[in-house]
Amino acid sequence: MDLGLSEEQELLKGFVRDFLEKECPETRVREMEEDERGYKPEFWRMMAAQGWQGMIIPQQYGGTGMTFTDLIVLLEEFGRALVPGPFISTVVLGAIPILQAGTEEQKQAFLPKIAAGELIMTLALTEPSARWDADGVAMPARAEGDSFVLSGTKLFVPDAHVSDCMLVAARTKESANPEDGITLFLVDSKSAGIQFTALKTIAADKQCEVAFNEVRVPKANVLGEVDKGWPIIRGVKSKAAVAACAYMVGLAQMDFDITLEYAKQRIQFGRPIGSFQAIQHKFADMIIDVDGSRFITYKAAWALQENEPDAEMLVSMAKAWCNEAARRVVAHGQQIHGGIGFTKDYKIELYFRRQKWMELMWGDADYHRELVADKLAI
Amino acid sequence: MDFRFTPEEEAFRQELRSWLRENVPPNWEGVFLEEEVEEWKQGLAFVRKLAEKGWVAPAWPKEYGGMEASPALQLAYNEEMGYQRAPIGSIVQSVGYIGPAILFFGTEEQKRQHLPPVTAGETVWCQGYSEPEAGSDLASLKTRAVKDGDDYVINGDKTWTSNAHRSDWCILLARTDPAAPKHKGISFFLVDMKSPGITVQPVMNMANVHSFNQVFFEDVRVPKSALLGQENQGWYIAAMTLDFERSSLVAMAVSMAKRALDDLVGYCRETRVKGKSLLASPLVRHKLAEMAIEIEVGKYMVYRVVSLQARMEPGSIEAAVCKLYNTELDVRVANTGLEILGLYGQLHKDSKWTQLMGRFQKSYMYAIAMVVGGGSSEIQRNIIAMRGLGLPRG
Ligand SMILES: Cc1cc2nc3c(=O)[nH]c(=O)nc-3n(C[C@H](O)[C@H](O)[C@H](O)COP(=O)(O)OP(=O)(O)OC[C@H]3O[C@@H](n4cnc5c(N)ncnc54)[C@H](O)[C@@H]3O)c2cc1C
Repeated sequence: MDLGLSEEQELLKGFVRDFLEKECPETRVREMEEDERGYKPEFWRMMAAQGWQGMIIPQQYGGTGMTFTDLIVLLEEFGRALVPGPFISTVVLGAIPILQAGTEEQKQAFLPKIAAGELIMTLALTEPSARWDADGVAMPARAEGDSFVLSGTKLFVPDAHVSDCMLVAARTKESANPEDGITLFLVDSKSAGIQFTALKTIAADKQCEVAFNEVRVPKANVLGEVDKGWPIIRGVKSKAAVAACAYMVGLAQMDFDITLEYAKQRIQFGRPIGSFQAIQHKFADMIIDVDGSRFITYKAAWALQENEPDAEMLVSMAKAWCNEAARRVVAHGQQIHGGIGFTKDYKIELYFRRQKWMELMWGDADYHRELVADKLAI
Repeated sequence: MDFRFTPEEEAFRQELRSWLRENVPPNWEGVFLEEEVEEWKQGLAFVRKLAEKGWVAPAWPKEYGGMEASPALQLAYNEEMGYQRAPIGSIVQSVGYIGPAILFFGTEEQKRQHLPPVTAGETVWCQGYSEPEAGSDLASLKTRAVKDGDDYVINGDKTWTSNAHRSDWCILLARTDPAAPKHKGISFFLVDMKSPGITVQPVMNMANVHSFNQVFFEDVRVPKSALLGQENQGWYIAAMTLDFERSSLVAMAVSMAKRALDDLVGYCRETRVKGKSLLASPLVRHKLAEMAIEIEVGKYMVYRVVSLQARMEPGSIEAAVCKLYNTELDVRVANTGLEILGLYGQLHKDSKWTQLMGRFQKSYMYAIAMVVGGGSSEIQRNIIAMRGLGLPRG
C-alpha cells in the first residue's frame, strides 16, 4: 500500500508541469475562452509529440501503453494549468470506449490517429433532458438497409464542433429497462444533416448543441453491439467522472497555491492578511478539501484500473466529494482575494468558473450521492 | 499509487479479524475507551489475551515484545481493531505514543524497564500534560521539577488526566528552567504513580462517567532515571508524541466510523416507516451516502500518513490534517446517527427501548471531546496554517 506516486509518475508530473507553465500560460487560457474552436492546433500537435493523446493507448496502436492512473496524474496537472481544448473528449470519451469495445478494424482505424494527434473525438450522450442515466438517451436511430438513421438533439456535448468523429448514443429499441436498447455509433462529424451550435457557458469551455437531421450512419460504425451500448457508456462515464475529479484536484490545488501567496503579500491593518486567524483557518479547511479530493480520486482511479468490485461506488464517492470540496476551495479563494477576485483581469476568477463546469460534468454531488445510496442499500 | 495490501498483510488481517470476533466480549458497547469499572476490567483481561498473541504493539521492535510490523501492517491492525471495537482503552496511550517516545528518546535501561510490561499488558499509563491554566497553551504550564541531588522534586496540579486513577505510570511535563523562554524550560518525566505525594481526584464527565481526574503533585520525589531525553528537551518530545498520538488514534477511529455506518445501514434496512424501509427515504439515503463518502475520504487521509511513514518521508502537517478532519467527521457521524434514530437516539444503552445499544447517543457526547483533546480543532488549524503553510503569526 503506497499512495505516493511512482518514480515514473513523479517524472511525468514534473515534466508536464514545466511544459504547461511554458506552453499553456494564463494568456493562452484566456485566448482560448474567446477562440471559437477553443484550442490551438499547434498546441494539440505539441501534446501529441509528447505522446499524451496516446498515453493510455497500447503500443500496437501507436500509443505508449501507460496506465489509467498515469493519465490521472497528467490530468491533475491539466487542471492546475486549466488546459483548454478537446483532450478529455478525445482520450477519455473517444479512445477509451474504442479500446474497450471496438473491433480490431475500428481500433486500427481510430487509435493510431488519436495517438498521433490527428483525430479529435467526443461523446454525444446527454440530451435536452440533461440526464446522465439511461433514461436520458431518447434520440432514436432507426435501421434502414445497411444503415441507421439518426434524428434528434444532443446537448452539452463537449468539443463536438471541432471533432472529427463523435460517438453518439441513440435509442434503437424501446424497452421496459431503459438500459436495454441503446446503441453507440461512430459518426463522422462532417456527415450530412449534422449541425453544431456552441453554447455559452460559465467556463467558456466549448459545449455544443448537436442537431441530427436524418443522419445516415453505416451499420459497420456501430461500436459494440446493437442495443447493448449502455454498459460501454457506463464505463466511459466512470472514467470521465474520475478524469473530472483529477482536473478539479489540480484546479483546487492551484487556486489554493495562488491564494496562499496572495495572503502572504496583501497587507491590511499593517500586516499580511494571512496573519489573521479567520483567514488562516480557511486555509486549513482548504487543505483538507484539496488533500481529501486528491486521495479519494486516486483510489477511484486505481479501483477502475484494477477492476475492483467496488470501483463504481468509489467513483461516485470521489465525484460527489470533489464536486463540493473543490467548490468550497474556490469559494474561499474568492473570499480571501476580496475585490480583485471578482475582476476579469486577475487569474483567480478562472478557477472559480471552471470549477463549476467540472462539478456539473458527469454528475453533480446529488446525482452521485444517490448512486452511493443505491449501492449502500444492496 | 497502489492501494493493495501485501498477501502477508492480508493474511494477518484475516487472522486478527477472526480472533477478534471470538475474543471481543459479547455485546461489547465499545464506543469510547472502556471507562466504567466492570468494562475496564474486561478490557484489561482482553489486553492480556492480546499480549499472549504478541499483538499489543505490532510496530515495536521484537526485543520489547513487538512484531516490527511495517506501517501498512500496523494500519491493517488498527483498522481491524477499530472495526471490531476492540477494548484496548488501557493501552491506546502507551502503545500509541508513550512507548514510541520512550523508544525514540529513552535510554536502553528505560526501554527495558518500561516497554516489555506494556506489551505484556501489565502496565497502564496516563498523560500528565494539561493544567488548570495550561490547556491549548500547554507551554505555559506551571508544574515545577526542581533538582535535588540525584532526584527531582515535583510540585503542581495536572488536570483532565484520563485514567490517572488506574494508571501505574504517568508521563509528566514539568518546568525545570523557569528563567528560560516558556518552550525551552520544560522537561519530560516518567513518573511512578505510587510515588508518595501524588493525589488523584476524580472529575466526572458529561456522560456521567469517571474517566478523567485532577492530579496533585506535592513534593513528589523522582529519581534522575525518570527524566526522558535531556533536561529542558521536554517540549520537543511532547510535540513529537502529539504527532504520534494524532496519527495512531485516527486510523482506529475511521474504521469505527465505518462500523457505525454499517450498523446504521442495517438499522435502516430493517426499520419500516409507512410500510417502506427507511432505506427508501430520500433524506435518509442522502445522509447515509454523505456519511459513507466522508468516511471514505477520511480513510485515505490516514493511508496517506501511513504511506509517508513507510517511505520515511518526514510529514509536516499531514497528521494534523488527518486528526482535524476525522475528529470533526466523528461529530457529524454521531449526529447523523441520532437524526436517523429520531426520538430513540437519545436513549441510554440501559433502556430496554434503546436502539443499536445506545452507541450513537454515547458517541454524540464523546465525539465533541475528541475535537478538544489532543489539541483542539482550532489549534490544529493554527498548526496547519503557521507550521505547515508558513503564514505569519497573528
Ligand atoms: C476527553 C478528554 C480527555 C483528556 N485527557 C487528557 C489527558 O489524559 N491528559 C492531559 O494532559 N490532558 C487531557 N485532556 C485535556 C486536553 O488536552 C485539553 O482539554 C486541550 O488541550 C484544550 O485545553 P483546555 O481544555 O484548557 O481548553 P482551552 O485551551 O481553554 O481552549 C478553549 C477554547 O479556546 C480555543 N483556543 C485556545 N487557544 C486558541 C488559539 N490560539 N487560537 C484559537 N482558538 C484557541 C480552543 O480551541 C477551545 O475551543 C483531555 C481532554 C478531553 C476532552
